[in-house]
Amino acid sequence: MSGSFRDPAVLRSDDEDLVDVLEERRHGSDLGFTFRTFSPPSRPAPSVSSSDLRRSVLDSLFLRHVAKEVAVETGSPLETVMGDAGRILEEMSQNLQLGFIRLMAFTLTKVFKKLFRSIFINLDGLNTLQQAVQENPVVLMPNHRSYVDFLIVSYVLFAFDLPVPVIAAGIPLAGMKIVGEILRRSGAFFIRRSIGSDKLYWGVLSEYVRTIIRKEFAPFEFYVEGFRSRTLKSLTPKLGMMHMVLEPFFKGEVFDVTLVPISISYDRVLEESLLAHELLGVPKPRESTAGLLKASRILQEDFGSMFVIFGRPLSVRSLCEGRIDRCRFNLRPRHLPQQPSADVQSCVSWLAHLVVRLQEEGSVIGPWSLMCCQLLQNPVHVLTGDGLDWQQLSDGTVWTRRLAVDCGARLSCSGSVSDADVMASAAALHRSVIQRRGGRVYLLQEEEPQRRRPVGSEEGVMRTAVAVLMLASYRNQALHVFVRPAMLAVALNVTRSRRREQLLGFFCFLQDVFSHEFIFVPGRLTQDFEEACFYLKKCGAINIDDQEVTVPDSGLEVLSFLQKLLQPFIDSYQVVFRFLCEDGPQVFSEKQLLPALRQFATNLIISGELHTYEALSSDTQKNVLSALRRLQAVTKLRASEQNEYRVNREAVRRTADMLAGKIPPQMLQTTPDARL
Amino acid sequence: MASNSSGGGSSDRQRIAQQRLSRIAGHLQRPADGSSAIVAAECKAQGSRADVPGEEKTVPRRRQEVMKWNGWGYSDSRFFFNKKGQAEFTGKRYRLSGLIIPGLKDWFEGTFGASLQHKTPATPILNSSAVQPPNLNEAFVEEVKSAGIPFSHDAEDRVFRAHGHCLHEIFALREGKFGRVPDLVVWPNCHNDVVKIVELACKHNVCLIPYGGGTSVSSALECPPEETRSIVSLDTSQMNRILWIDEKNLTAHVEAGIVGQDLERLLNESGYCTGHEPDSMEFSSLGGWVATRASGMKKNIYGNIEDLVVHVRMVTPQGVIEKGCQGPRMSTGPDVHHFIMGSEGTLGVVTEVTMKIRPMPEYQKYGSVVFPNFEQGVACLREVAKERCAPASIRLMDNEQFKFGHALKPQVSSIFTSFLDGLKKFYITKFKGFDPNRLCVATLLFEGDREKVLQHEKQVYDIAAKFGGLAAGEDNGQRGYMLTFVIAYLRDLGMDYYVIGESFETSVPWDRVLDICRNVKARIIRECKDKGVQFSPLSTCRVTQTYDAGACVYFYFAFNYRGLSDPVHVYEQVEHAAREEILANGGSLSHHHGVGKLRKEWMRETVSKVGMGMLKSVKDYVDPNNIFGNRNLL
Repeated sequence: MSGSFRDPAVLRSDDEDLVDVLEERRHGSDLGFTFRTFSPPSRPAPSVSSSDLRRSVLDSLFLRHVAKEVAVETGSPLETVMGDAGRILEEMSQNLQLGFIRLMAFTLTKVFKKLFRSIFINLDGLNTLQQAVQENPVVLMPNHRSYVDFLIVSYVLFAFDLPVPVIAAGIPLAGMKIVGEILRRSGAFFIRRSIGSDKLYWGVLSEYVRTIIRKEFAPFEFYVEGFRSRTLKSLTPKLGMMHMVLEPFFKGEVFDVTLVPISISYDRVLEESLLAHELLGVPKPRESTAGLLKASRILQEDFGSMFVIFGRPLSVRSLCEGRIDRCRFNLRPRHLPQQPSADVQSCVSWLAHLVVRLQEEGSVIGPWSLMCCQLLQNPVHVLTGDGLDWQQLSDGTVWTRRLAVDCGARLSCSGSVSDADVMASAAALHRSVIQRRGGRVYLLQEEEPQRRRPVGSEEGVMRTAVAVLMLASYRNQALHVFVRPAMLAVALNVTRSRRREQLLGFFCFLQDVFSHEFIFVPGRLTQDFEEACFYLKKCGAINIDDQEVTVPDSGLEVLSFLQKLLQPFIDSYQVVFRFLCEDGPQVFSEKQLLPALRQFATNLIISGELHTYEALSSDTQKNVLSALRRLQAVTKLRASEQNEYRVNREAVRRTADMLAGKIPPQMLQTTPDARL
Repeated sequence: MASNSSGGGSSDRQRIAQQRLSRIAGHLQRPADGSSAIVAAECKAQGSRADVPGEEKTVPRRRQEVMKWNGWGYSDSRFFFNKKGQAEFTGKRYRLSGLIIPGLKDWFEGTFGASLQHKTPATPILNSSAVQPPNLNEAFVEEVKSAGIPFSHDAEDRVFRAHGHCLHEIFALREGKFGRVPDLVVWPNCHNDVVKIVELACKHNVCLIPYGGGTSVSSALECPPEETRSIVSLDTSQMNRILWIDEKNLTAHVEAGIVGQDLERLLNESGYCTGHEPDSMEFSSLGGWVATRASGMKKNIYGNIEDLVVHVRMVTPQGVIEKGCQGPRMSTGPDVHHFIMGSEGTLGVVTEVTMKIRPMPEYQKYGSVVFPNFEQGVACLREVAKERCAPASIRLMDNEQFKFGHALKPQVSSIFTSFLDGLKKFYITKFKGFDPNRLCVATLLFEGDREKVLQHEKQVYDIAAKFGGLAAGEDNGQRGYMLTFVIAYLRDLGMDYYVIGESFETSVPWDRVLDICRNVKARIIRECKDKGVQFSPLSTCRVTQTYDAGACVYFYFAFNYRGLSDPVHVYEQVEHAAREEILANGGSLSHHHGVGKLRKEWMRETVSKVGMGMLKSVKDYVDPNNIFGNRNLL
């Protein structure tokens, strides 16, 4: 059974061939692989060494200018400031060396072979990438789902004779003994987490990034989402690094920049339970070498397959055509720091969102994600209690797969293996969360063997929540396929309207509310709506007749499925709204809010008022907060040091009512540039 | 008034003049015959009509007698591939004339993917019947006739004055296509003739388009198709005398129709020069330089046209504009010369110009430097500009252009020379490790007295050495400058074989030179690909002038258009994109070609709305009825 995924070395996903990178490693010699000739294609540009790179950063007019400003502001002499800059750079810099790439390749081969059955990549994507690296500076933009992601791109590029990237990493990784240095020499460079208003640090970092792009030192890899997603759902992109990467193009210092979205997905994520705990407020363990070694016990476990899909390279130049007036940089020396103008800001944001959307579209959805969609259609007490009929789950999953295909998903299909085997295999892989017993499936709760004392109800809620959040995460991997049609389904249900215009209005409102929950490319509201209509029509859920939408009886199943898919989010948002309007303080900091909210939600679950455990997820809660800030129902206190917020209860209540369909949504006030 | 000869000149001066003459002839023309006394003929309108033997003048009234009607330059000079497939240059006028250029074919076929088998010959004869019949304003014609001013409505004469040398203009001519052409050509002989013509034009409401050398590359001479009035081309070519030379103040007063080579030659005979040598100087006229803000190759010593002009007379519909004195600098409000310079024939006709002249330099020396790459070359030029020690001319060609220049080497006669060439190449590529696909070359021209030139040369080569430059000999330098004069002939050759192309230029701050070169070249290549051009284009540039705060960059762009249904349209789209790219990279709309009609659309962003308003209000005052209706610039 477990061999079902392993058989084909070539998987077909849609119409693209996926190749298993590990296949060859299992047969060939790892040492031979490690020491093979590595001759990536390069541009006919002079090669630059890491130390040249550092020198040109320190010598740059930009950094000198920033240093002078800092010197004036702090009153310290320029030399001291430049010395600080040098140390920042030292702490930050990568030191890419082929020898360490080989070491990395060797180690990872060993680890990957233990962890994964296969690592599938798309050859087409690599071929276009090979072309791209010879033309313009390339920015590799993977999503971030696991620590394992970190070197996978380098590994694949090394294996396929492509130039190995430098990678933006969080500074905690640098702190790991030995490992930090190995990472550094494998191309990682390290960025402090909270830079805040440290002008000099920003200066060094941005110039460092720009210099790498300008000099085409190596492909540049960074996570536009900023963090590892704890929910396996794409995060709203961060724009700082994106801006640094694009600036050389805006200022004409390079002809073009090529962005390559990379979609990484897993059958099973290494940190699955860790992530769920983090969402419930258990702090994440500090990155340390000792921790890494301890974690090595997971090498015994089976994590199925990993998918690394290289998207089509995007030309920033073509994408920005007509969006950016590059002439604006003509009247000032380009090395002087300049506040990005509104059009630049919105263009950067648009591009970043676009890349994340393409990451979503590129990612391979496995059977387990679809099974989770089905599982979560059922109340949690059913899953933990009587369990779900296996046959019902399988049928539902097959049905969901059809729907996903209709909605344009990229699925991993397993060639000759039967659906039943595939699902059985997926269930087996995730036996830590679900259990198949006697033709039924049960949700497993975490065992804590040390403490045999009876579990308190709150603790019980938490334990169930861990399992539910794990299921939810895998469901999230598939959610981007359904989210637009699902929002339309919700709109149909809540508004009870059949008029296109009204539905669009509610759809728009949902996009505003869920602006931080799901990825919507700015300025594409109408296209998103059209897309939703198109897919629902395609799968027979609705008919569209000019300005009217009708729902045939046969479409109810689809609509109800989709609506239920979003229900946990809607419920969770309503919980936060309710808390803010009723119990919560009017002024609070994020630190105070989250535990209070968790308590509030826990109580509601215990009392049976709330059915979704996802309301406990701190990510969801933060997303609500961000959305409310965007809707200006919550404002950040300017004077506050500890990120304090003030609630406009009336506005929150109005939003809640609109979401519940009690009052019709008006187009909410959003800043125009953000929507553009 | 007619005292202008080299009467006071010593024999020494004569010698220098001869030397100088042969130099000019070196890159231009075979030496003219001995008789070289300047005679300043008085304008016939002033009475005594001393009909001077005009043989020495380059441009006759009937241009067709010496020049091509559908290509560049003299009828007797052209490139062709002989039966053996070797390129040859015909005629006797240039250094290359009569020589075989063995490397050109391979370069041509290799660069463009062109083949000698695939020809696109031009229509051989100008078919007069295809030209629209003239729309004459009879009253105007009558009065011109009675004023005794020569005129013509012959189709050939009119076609000759209907175009400059933009690609689309020449391409159409080669296909025998004529758009709107002037209805009448008039040849004023002097300032007063022009005054008369402008007066009559105002009286009869005809449209006047001044015509000088016809070398415009901005569609400036194109007749606006929407013009319904009779269009009269005012050809200044017969106003070509040096009226006086003032040796005390070192100025010369010259009629504006004179072409560059004549002006230089005639001044040389008196031991002087203007030093103004735009690449088009064989054919372009003084008036044209003023009207387009021309720039000369040796501006580092002599300055651009705005630095050279001391006094200008221009005839406008409101009358004659000129300054009342010849003070070298004035603080008298905005300089009215700057309304004239760059007016591109929209305000009036420049008739006479007083220009600075200089004694001819004693010594001239070419030179060249090879750099390992273009970046180093630009860095060197920047340093030279910073040190303010630029030679008369310094130009940096990129690698593609270096190879181009190489392909133009004429057959060497001796084995020794080719051996030396081989040695040089070996030294640079093997010993010094220069990558032949990255190296680039700067060409230099030094001028002045011998000692200073040698000193100057050393200074420049020392700077070059700091940037990895190696001196590469006089020969390479000289060939570089020759390229300038034959490039336009080469375009005609290309057009015989499906290859079309053109050059365009810009000026840009130093810090952006490299970026603009890279981006514009890359943009051209990308646009060609996007527009379906089947072969990779030639996309190359050179830095041709240095200034304190920036440089002038010149682009060449050409491609093989086999397989395209509308090559000219594709060409124009690519050029348009390239110009957008230039502007986006902080380059100017034009350094010296001017705006014409080709680049009008970008004027507003170039000079701002208020700037446009200022220019417009000048036009409205000077020429309210749009007599000078070529619609350039605004």
